[in-house]
Amino acid sequence: MQNSLLSVENITVSFDGFNALDGISLQLMPTSIRVLIGPNGAGKSTLLDTIIGNVRPTNGRIVFRGEDITDLNEYKIVRRGICRKFQAPGILENLTVFDNLSLAAQPRRESWRSFGVGVDSRVRARVERVLERIGLEEKRSALAAQLSHGQKQWLEIGMVVSSDADLLLLDEPAAGMSLDESAQTAELIRNLASDHSFLVIDHDMTFVEQLSAPVSVMHMGRMLKEGTLEEIQRDPQVIAVYLGREKEAAVA
Amino acid sequence: MKKWLHAALDLALLAALLTAPLYLSGYHLSLLGRFLAMAILSLGLCLVWGWSGVLSLGQGVFWGLGAYVLAMHLKLVGLAPGDMPDFMMWSGLDRIPGWWSIFRHPSVALAGVLIVPTVAAAGLAWLVFNRRVSGVYFALITQALALAFATLLISEQAYTGGFNGLTDFTTLLGHYIVDPSFQRALYWITVAILAAAFLFCRWIAKTNFGKVLLAIRDGESRIRFLGYNPAGYKMIAFAIGGGLAGVSGALYVLHVGVISPAMVGVVPSIEMVVAVAVGGRSSFTGVIFGTLLVNFGKDWISSAMPEMWQLVIGLLFILVVTLLPRGLAGIPQLQQQFTARFRRRATRPGVDTEPMAMTQEN
Repeated sequence: MQNSLLSVENITVSFDGFNALDGISLQLMPTSIRVLIGPNGAGKSTLLDTIIGNVRPTNGRIVFRGEDITDLNEYKIVRRGICRKFQAPGILENLTVFDNLSLAAQPRRESWRSFGVGVDSRVRARVERVLERIGLEEKRSALAAQLSHGQKQWLEIGMVVSSDADLLLLDEPAAGMSLDESAQTAELIRNLASDHSFLVIDHDMTFVEQLSAPVSVMHMGRMLKEGTLEEIQRDPQVIAVYLGREKEAAVA
Repeated sequence: MKKWLHAALDLALLAALLTAPLYLSGYHLSLLGRFLAMAILSLGLCLVWGWSGVLSLGQGVFWGLGAYVLAMHLKLVGLAPGDMPDFMMWSGLDRIPGWWSIFRHPSVALAGVLIVPTVAAAGLAWLVFNRRVSGVYFALITQALALAFATLLISEQAYTGGFNGLTDFTTLLGHYIVDPSFQRALYWITVAILAAAFLFCRWIAKTNFGKVLLAIRDGESRIRFLGYNPAGYKMIAFAIGGGLAGVSGALYVLHVGVISPAMVGVVPSIEMVVAVAVGGRSSFTGVIFGTLLVNFGKDWISSAMPEMWQLVIGLLFILVVTLLPRGLAGIPQLQQQFTARFRRRATRPGVDTEPMAMTQEN
């Protein structure tokens, strides 16, 4: 496990004595996708919160590219190359699509260095590339508020991508999307995985299948099982705690 | 269409201000001059509240700091050598304290007008924003600060002139302040500084800094997760707002010839916010209009029915916030939204979920 991009080591998060995460460990390789599933309250979102520095772990440490980032501020962690997409689209509604992406792509993010007008050619080139990859070239001058729900989700994935992060944390990126949109989103993520790593939370098994990536199942703040989606779906323990009777019947 | 409308409004405003000495009486011109000085503060508040979403109910503090710094200078240059201000003598001081007398030099005083409030605002912002205090808590802190500032000015009579404040100024840079030619020049200087402040704010709005401010207003956590530290941005915006307030206060002192604690406390600070809300808190042109409107309204109402003014301003605030959240500047858009919504209803019944786009008009 030497070359892992992200290494979550034995993380515990306690809220008033309740362990939301209970000794979680996770390794992520460069340019890979990992899907996190698990019933509500399993701690999936808390794990993402902890990686990005929004929640402080009670125990354990998080190492990103060999550096211990456990105690860094969110914005410093982001500058190291991790970016998170929230469940509800967290785009900047009053800015244009282009400005949303260029703020995310901007390498100079300190307040005192932000007094330039316009964007330099490198940022522009990166934004253009991302616009093309997320299929919103036509919408570049539209206000983000005017996009459809699916387009907002893609825009946010685009923002996460243009931030030059190597590791992207996505919390239910296909939530609320039509079947078509969700298939396109899976394809977008697979394409982007050629030069990024993803940690994706989702409930929708069709979407998870389309990602064709290894799956980790969480339950009660612990890692229950890791494997391909097929292995997971066959695992009796997983069926018992997560997939429930309905799935059990389906598998049987 | 919207762009030319705004440009036309800006030019009309500028033309009206440039020709005002031709059609306004001396009294009304002097009123206009002091309200234009207030509009400089409103521009700063527009940046702080309208753009960054930070409501400050304590702008009177920074306005007052600028005003008092200049008033101290005016007081000092009016003294005969070896003399000291009358209220100091009455309070039993035997000499002028050092932090007073440094403002005797005009360049120190003029720099102080900008620097003292800017540094004070930056200091407060640094303390507060780094602890992630925001929203209504920040508004309450600033209001408490306005109250404390006015109280301090009243209680420290020996250094501030107490309740009566500072007045009886004679000259600035060798010119007699009461002289009509000085007052006329002061009008032009006020217009010029307002124009410069306006262009400065417009430039800020175009920079990446301005875009991040908007982003902070709409979703502070989102911008943090893009690697930006909102505290630094809000601090700079708040410091700029404080500096503009200080310049505004200093000009105001020259227009009215007096500064006192009653002019910097809680109620004046709220009036500043109401003026900005009426004009439209995120439109630079709008807040200038709003400031003129509210202040002329105040002059008119409080001379006709003095006890009504505070009722009127409270009512005005409630009406604007509930009915016209984008102030006067939101009226053209309001109409667009009505027609757009009507059209959408007509063509696609049942679809009414598109969020209202809140664009910047400036």
